[in-house]
Amino acid sequence: MSTDPSQTFPATADELIRFDKVTKRFGSNTVLDNLCFSVRPGKHVTLIGPSGSGKTTILRMLMTLVQPDEGTITVHGDRLFPADRKQVRAIRRDIGMVFQQFNLFPNMSVLRNVTEAPVRVLGLSRDEARERGRELLDLVGLGDRCETRPAQLSGGQQQRVAIARALAMRPRILLLDEVTSALDPELVAGVLDVLRDVARTTDITMLCVTHEMNFARDISDEVLMFDSGTVIESGPPERILSAPEQERTREFLGAVL
Amino acid sequence: MNGWDWSAVVDFMPRFRDGLILTLRVLVLGSLLSFTLGLVWAIGFRAGTRLVRWPVHAVTEFIRNTPLLVQLFFFFFVLPEWGVQFSGLTTGTIAIGLHYSTYTAQVYRAGIDAVPAGQWEAATALSLPVGRTWTAVILPQAIRRIVPALGNYVISMLKDTPLLAGISVLEMLQQSRLESASTFQYTEPLTVVGIAFVLIACPASLLMRALERRLVH
Amino acid sequence: MTAGLWTQWMLPGIWITVQLTLYSAALATVVAFAVGTARTRRARPVRFLAGLYTEIFRGTSALVLMFWLFFVMPSLFGWALVPMWAAVLALGLSYGAYGAEVVRGALNSVAPAQREAAVALNFTSWQRLRLVLLPQAVPEMIPPFSNLLVELLKGTALVSLLGVADVSFAAYLVRLATQESARIYSVTLVIYFVLAFALTRGMRTLERKTRAGAGVVATPGGAR
Repeated sequence: MSTDPSQTFPATADELIRFDKVTKRFGSNTVLDNLCFSVRPGKHVTLIGPSGSGKTTILRMLMTLVQPDEGTITVHGDRLFPADRKQVRAIRRDIGMVFQQFNLFPNMSVLRNVTEAPVRVLGLSRDEARERGRELLDLVGLGDRCETRPAQLSGGQQQRVAIARALAMRPRILLLDEVTSALDPELVAGVLDVLRDVARTTDITMLCVTHEMNFARDISDEVLMFDSGTVIESGPPERILSAPEQERTREFLGAVL
Repeated sequence: MNGWDWSAVVDFMPRFRDGLILTLRVLVLGSLLSFTLGLVWAIGFRAGTRLVRWPVHAVTEFIRNTPLLVQLFFFFFVLPEWGVQFSGLTTGTIAIGLHYSTYTAQVYRAGIDAVPAGQWEAATALSLPVGRTWTAVILPQAIRRIVPALGNYVISMLKDTPLLAGISVLEMLQQSRLESASTFQYTEPLTVVGIAFVLIACPASLLMRALERRLVH
Repeated sequence: MTAGLWTQWMLPGIWITVQLTLYSAALATVVAFAVGTARTRRARPVRFLAGLYTEIFRGTSALVLMFWLFFVMPSLFGWALVPMWAAVLALGLSYGAYGAEVVRGALNSVAPAQREAAVALNFTSWQRLRLVLLPQAVPEMIPPFSNLLVELLKGTALVSLLGVADVSFAAYLVRLATQESARIYSVTLVIYFVLAFALTRGMRTLERKTRAGAGVVATPGGAR
């Protein structure tokens, strides 16, 4: 892939995700403007910035819920955009996502939420999927709620199930889209603890949009500061969060911290 | 197996035209009847006493949940027994208007119920008299929902007019049957009638949907 | 009305009406789901054809279609239908078109986030429909389906004009035999009303069951 003539910034051998001159407009509003960045395997990258700066759009593009207007996106050297449907499905298999509003399936029990995709998409046997589903639910502290319906759980519990559901697909990339924003304050810690655990014990690459700066500091290898559809500053969390160079970053951090 | 015969279509045209005119006449009169009678039912729904509300509900529910065709036969055969002599056309128009009035009553009710309670309260706060409240506040808002819904029922009514063939009213379907009986050609007259319904009903329902979008939103 | 006429005509007539309703409803359901889901697909030609179907069949008069299937199909295409099946076909195809609009509306009313969650788990579009969207949409469909079912029941009376011996036709024969129009047609109307009532009740039970299955009822202590 390093021979692709359209590339505008140098490729390093071991990048997992690469955005190359990606532009996205919603109507007359340009959300992403010629965006270039890449993520190396196993890294935990946090995207910060004011709302409307396109962070969530990036995650949604990787999940193929939104299509860019221009540019290319590659995952492990394979094109995710532009690409045909078959290729998209093959790549998407490696990517999991946890949503702000959990989006559990209300028509399925908690355990089935976690096992359905492994059975239908990965082709696991029901028993295998159940066993693994129970382990994952144990991991997020909900091993005793397998047969409950999502509507009977608190928001924090639902979000932990959603994390288990994403992990059940054994993703290489996990996208976390403001996963604590819809939660009551007292439920945030439980969810973040689970994610810290995942970050520490697995080699899953994580892309995380969050307003929880302490969490970002704990788990991130790199922080990208977004403004007006581009990355205006990036680096290790210690530097970006404590001693940013850009005025916009300082303003933003002053507002959220 | 016979092919398609254009001359049979041409031969059918005079009868078709008569049938179309009669169908539209039934439709216009039936609609007017259903609009008026529906309003009576709707007022009955809102009556202060249960002695009115309950029978109105019972009667409209009964009419709405039983077939128009059987109601047609009921009126066609029973009214003369009661000494009322109407033509099939009059009986048919009354029956279809009565049947659809139970639907339009629901339309009026839903339209009025959709006006937010705050509007009534505001009118009361301004001490508007009841009559003014209805004519100046409630109805202008309700009408936006009522008109397109009534239009849709007119279209449904159109598609039910062939039932009047059952009591020998010479609307389009009955004309096609007469034509077939005299020429032994079934294909062309019936197909022409079928297409006529689609050609009238489809644009009309598209129109109603456009109207709905403009008025409701 | 004598007991003989009752058992000879009316009871079998009721049975024919019930059968007609069930068969037509089964066909209409198949059509409604096929056409309704087709209208939510991404492929343009599929959507267009499904849209065309609903527009045409919603514009059709069921009785004219029934006559057409019975009288015209044999001479135009060379195959004849018995009146009963011409009726089932006509009712199923036209009420299926109304049902398709119900299916489409209910599918569109499922939160878009549910579809996105299903995409994120890499379900195919067919799996998304079957496992996630339909189970949540079906309870929404049942009240409008219930209304359509009553309309369909009423529509079955049309078959009497083709000579199928349903309740309406039985009433006609009994009237010829006894000349007691008022009584016979009143009884017939009551029979239809009772059938409609039973159908409505059945659908309400079905709605409760599917709603519980879809898990959308928030219980106390639930989130949000």
